[in-house]
Amino acid sequence: MTARTFLIHGLIAGLLAGFAAFLVAYQIGEPPVEAAIALEEAGAPADAHTHESPEAGHSHDDEGGTEVSRQNQSTWGLLTGTVAIGTALGGLVALAAAGVVGRIGRLRPSQSTALVALIGFVAVALVPFLKYPASPPATGNPDTIGDRTSYYFAFLAISLLVAIAATVLGTRLLPGLGGYRTVLVAVGSYLVVLVLAAELMPAVKELGEFPAQTLWEFRRASLLTIATMWATIGVVLVGLVGRAHEKVAVENARRELAASL
Amino acid sequence: MAIATPAAPSVEIPTIPLRELLPWLLMFALLAVLTIFFVSADQGAISIPAGTAIHEWVHDGRHLLGYPCH
Ligand SMILES: [Zn+2]
Repeated sequence: MTARTFLIHGLIAGLLAGFAAFLVAYQIGEPPVEAAIALEEAGAPADAHTHESPEAGHSHDDEGGTEVSRQNQSTWGLLTGTVAIGTALGGLVALAAAGVVGRIGRLRPSQSTALVALIGFVAVALVPFLKYPASPPATGNPDTIGDRTSYYFAFLAISLLVAIAATVLGTRLLPGLGGYRTVLVAVGSYLVVLVLAAELMPAVKELGEFPAQTLWEFRRASLLTIATMWATIGVVLVGLVGRAHEKVAVENARRELAASL
Repeated sequence: MAIATPAAPSVEIPTIPLRELLPWLLMFALLAVLTIFFVSADQGAISIPAGTAIHEWVHDGRHLLGYPCH
């Protein structure tokens, strides 16, 4: 198997993941998004925002300009977003899987690929969500978008780098410590560093009086969308990698047999 | 991330040489980061190009995929 094979498999998995995530996002994510936008347009939330476009989706600045209809935002726009992110993540996960194949103990390619997808989901999606959870429209202050974006991606980068470091550490410790203790040390050190980082990094507290029910529904839908994306990437990629590896193994066995005759 | 150690090569499972992997990783990571940027942050924190068209088009995805927005 080559890096190219992995990448192609990852792109296929990511594309499918984008469509799967769209279905979940459209079905259960759009209702709370619509509810939040309705609140925004009614001017309901406590904090005053500078959103003054009643018909268009929204425009952050008052420059006017483009107006994409809600109809387009919630369908083609949403699909564009999930497919783009899905494909990008699928390819990255696959290349990471290509990097670790044969390098994590005696794990088979499908097993090490599954491990990469799992670590990716936790480090890139789940843990950042716990510190800086997704928030529905009308909850953020436009003036702090720069800070909020930096915090989010800084925390994501810390989480990803520490996860990679912990995984490398794990592969070094594995021969000496055995599987159980290696996992304890690797996961433990990741958690200690991330809890510390989460404590030290600034909190974002901009929800104001936003209705709890809508917030819960939105965040649950968001997490399900993200989890669907990662699960699809993982399941499809593991399947494709497993199949490709078996093909190579069968081919090798046949060649060896032919050579021995 | 430079894991240059040959380690104990397990007999049955072939590894992919990092030398071979690196160009793919560099090329695709650049593309992927650019793609993620347009969906997750463009015309919010940073605007290239100026305007709101891209932001508005991917707006619902940005919120539901967990990226900071408004
Ligand atoms: Zn928004």
